[in-house]
Amino acid sequence: MLGIPMPTSPANMHAIARAENRNGTSGPVRLSHTIDQIMVEERAAAFAKRSIKTSAKLAGLKMAISMMDLTTLEGKDTPGKVAFVCRKAMQPMDPRYEVPSCAAVCVYSNLVRPAKKFLGNSGVKVASVATAFPTGLMPLKLKLQEVRSAARDGADEIDMVIDRGQFLAGNHNRVFDEIAATKEACGAAHLKVILETGELQTYDNVRIASEIAMRAGADFIKTSTGKVTPAATMPVTLVMLEAIRDYFYETGIRIGMKPAGGIKTAKQSLAYLVMLKETLGDDWLTPDLFRFGASTLANDVLMQIAKTVDGNYQGADYFSLP
Amino acid sequence: MASKKLSRATKLVVLPRTAPVAHERVVLPVSERRLSFGDKWSYAPAPEAHNYIQLKPRYQLFIGGKFVAPRSGKYFDSINPATEEKLAEIAEADARDVDLAVKSARRAYKNVWSKMAGRERGKFLYRIARIIQEKSRELAVLETMDGGKTIKESRDIDLPLVAAHFFYYAGWADKLEYAFPGRAAQPLGVAGQIIPWNFPLLMAAWKLAPALACGNTCVLKPAETTSITAMHLAEIFQEAGLPDGVVNIVTGAGETGKALVDHSDVNKIAFTGSTSVGKLLTQAVAGTKKKLTLELGGKAANIIFEDAAIDQAVEGIISGIYFNQGHVCCAGSRLLVQEGVFPAVIRKLRDRIATLRIGNPLDKNTDIGAINSRMQLDKICELVDSGLKQGAELVQSNAKLPAKGYWYPPSFFTGVTASHRIAQEEIFGPVLSVMTFRTPEEAIERANNTPYGLSAGIWTDKGSKIFKIISKLRAGVVWANTYNKFDPTSPFGGYKESGFGREGGRHGLLPYVTLTAP
Repeated sequence: MLGIPMPTSPANMHAIARAENRNGTSGPVRLSHTIDQIMVEERAAAFAKRSIKTSAKLAGLKMAISMMDLTTLEGKDTPGKVAFVCRKAMQPMDPRYEVPSCAAVCVYSNLVRPAKKFLGNSGVKVASVATAFPTGLMPLKLKLQEVRSAARDGADEIDMVIDRGQFLAGNHNRVFDEIAATKEACGAAHLKVILETGELQTYDNVRIASEIAMRAGADFIKTSTGKVTPAATMPVTLVMLEAIRDYFYETGIRIGMKPAGGIKTAKQSLAYLVMLKETLGDDWLTPDLFRFGASTLANDVLMQIAKTVDGNYQGADYFSLP
Repeated sequence: MASKKLSRATKLVVLPRTAPVAHERVVLPVSERRLSFGDKWSYAPAPEAHNYIQLKPRYQLFIGGKFVAPRSGKYFDSINPATEEKLAEIAEADARDVDLAVKSARRAYKNVWSKMAGRERGKFLYRIARIIQEKSRELAVLETMDGGKTIKESRDIDLPLVAAHFFYYAGWADKLEYAFPGRAAQPLGVAGQIIPWNFPLLMAAWKLAPALACGNTCVLKPAETTSITAMHLAEIFQEAGLPDGVVNIVTGAGETGKALVDHSDVNKIAFTGSTSVGKLLTQAVAGTKKKLTLELGGKAANIIFEDAAIDQAVEGIISGIYFNQGHVCCAGSRLLVQEGVFPAVIRKLRDRIATLRIGNPLDKNTDIGAINSRMQLDKICELVDSGLKQGAELVQSNAKLPAKGYWYPPSFFTGVTASHRIAQEEIFGPVLSVMTFRTPEEAIERANNTPYGLSAGIWTDKGSKIFKIISKLRAGVVWANTYNKFDPTSPFGGYKESGFGREGGRHGLLPYVTLTAP
């Protein structure tokens, strides 16, 4: 459909990478993308053992808020609900806690306009899911139309889904082409590519899908839609972070990471940040390169911030619902 | 055509580092493709509480179920290697004290322990295991203060394994008649057990639990730099009501150990420590009826094939060599990397050691603790110097080391060949020697090219390759796609100059029994 056949099987990708190397634009290339399940799960679990206390805890929690894509993706969403989310994203809690605003609100494509209106020039971005979220099962032409429409309405970021059916059927070229086409349709908007790792199932698949997405033009790679269980997990995110690291070394391009779905507690968010810091380093500790996709995480983080600052817990009713 | 399409899709544009335009990707030149592991978000100190720990000013000998002063009246200091502060004084046992301990063990053997039914012995071992579990946090803190190992490891690895060993061998105590089909297992008598400083409590458990389960009584000699937890273990034996004299603990240095080995009424010597001492012990025991098992040094090959899961193999390298500051006899201290993945492995390893946190071992976020003693630190420095002199290239984490205490940063050498001293001698510190190979045959040859043979590691995605290679490695333990994993059910021990005899599992019973017709 896109006209030109693409050399996008993993093996061919390495051929491309090696060619780039010869041009002197890249570092050495890894040969194997195999992931060992037991060791990667063990490594991911080790990050959660870090003890993040006092000043580090407060700084980490505030950073988590600044990296949050506050999300509402329900069939019953309305401009009214989006207004709640936008207000919460702009000012998550009482200014005396000096909590930053969230990075973005994440909505369906037909709610981009109201979201954009509510957020004004607050700096909080509008992310729109698109490409027949959450399944991606629609003709490409229509998916691209949705992307263009969301971008035209002012979406700063497009969260697309890959076609997992095509991926699992082995049509990696097709997956690459659709991402590349979506990237074009985005125009100036950033592209986040949702792999839906819960449906890819194996870490090897997650690694391959990450490679495809990054090479096809993703600015961010994202674990999940939040509509499939399991959504984001620590080991899956680690596999993706390591793919990002290898891609950076190879090409010099920094790709962002967004774990989404299933991250519900402040403690979990700190474990993810520890993993980010110790895998990709300081340069990735920014909302430009890391996001949490979450709907219920924010208030647990805010509750912990209040506890750390005030020394005691407040009831849930003291924290406004998004 | 293909590459044209790719560049259209990805829009690779080199831009100044400021103000990236949204839809264009910033491409850093090769020289700037570095990860920075700095202080952008630094962890606050998270020290494990230790103010409740009650150290005694003096630790006496444990003989006949009681704490008794040494005949000589001599004591030596035990210091915290992370602070160089004195923790306590430890009694120095001489030959007379050792004689008392052996006599007490002999009495307990004759009168009580060898006559007791296996299920009764098992009850004591279960009780000891449970008390260790209850006190595990306190023991972990003590182990960390006395030896310098991180609380993360003493809490999550040492202490759970200590309890697990007692639980495991407690289970064998009443099942010995099924352990060796067609043969009856009789206890030996008095076992003299000399243990090292790298895993003080764990090595005590490895030695005591099987010996006691089989019906022997014990005289244990801890290493002189790490005696404190053994004495707290003695308190646990008292609390468990273990009959007097079944376990005796004599503290001291080499002379104390020698007195134990030379004692005529000891039936069995079990030693874990250096190969040089092991050789002396072998001479001392030669011509006597004493049974001997030795668990000595190592220079294990950790082999990374190019089809391995590289990121996870790097984790295996880390746990292989930097676990317990490299004070591990089975440490993966020779890294053999297939040439094709050498650059990738080295870069990842360099990144990874930059994230290792070195410092206060009681801090829950510390990855690398203190070197156990000044002597050991000197030995590490001496071998690293030899590596530099012989032309190897040293890569070291630039982590800041504390002003006081004994520290060595996580390090590795590249440009190492088999002729380098650092490729041959056991460094017993956080220093790795990296070498390359080209074919599986060469990997096997290089891995076996050492007088040692305790352990090895292999990393590959191919199951068939694992089985093919391990059958040719002359090492007692081979880990596949993991490293430094221990379990009481699994036998552990060496080939060649790494010693003989097995500890752990059913095999671990054998050194403590005589097999007779049923």
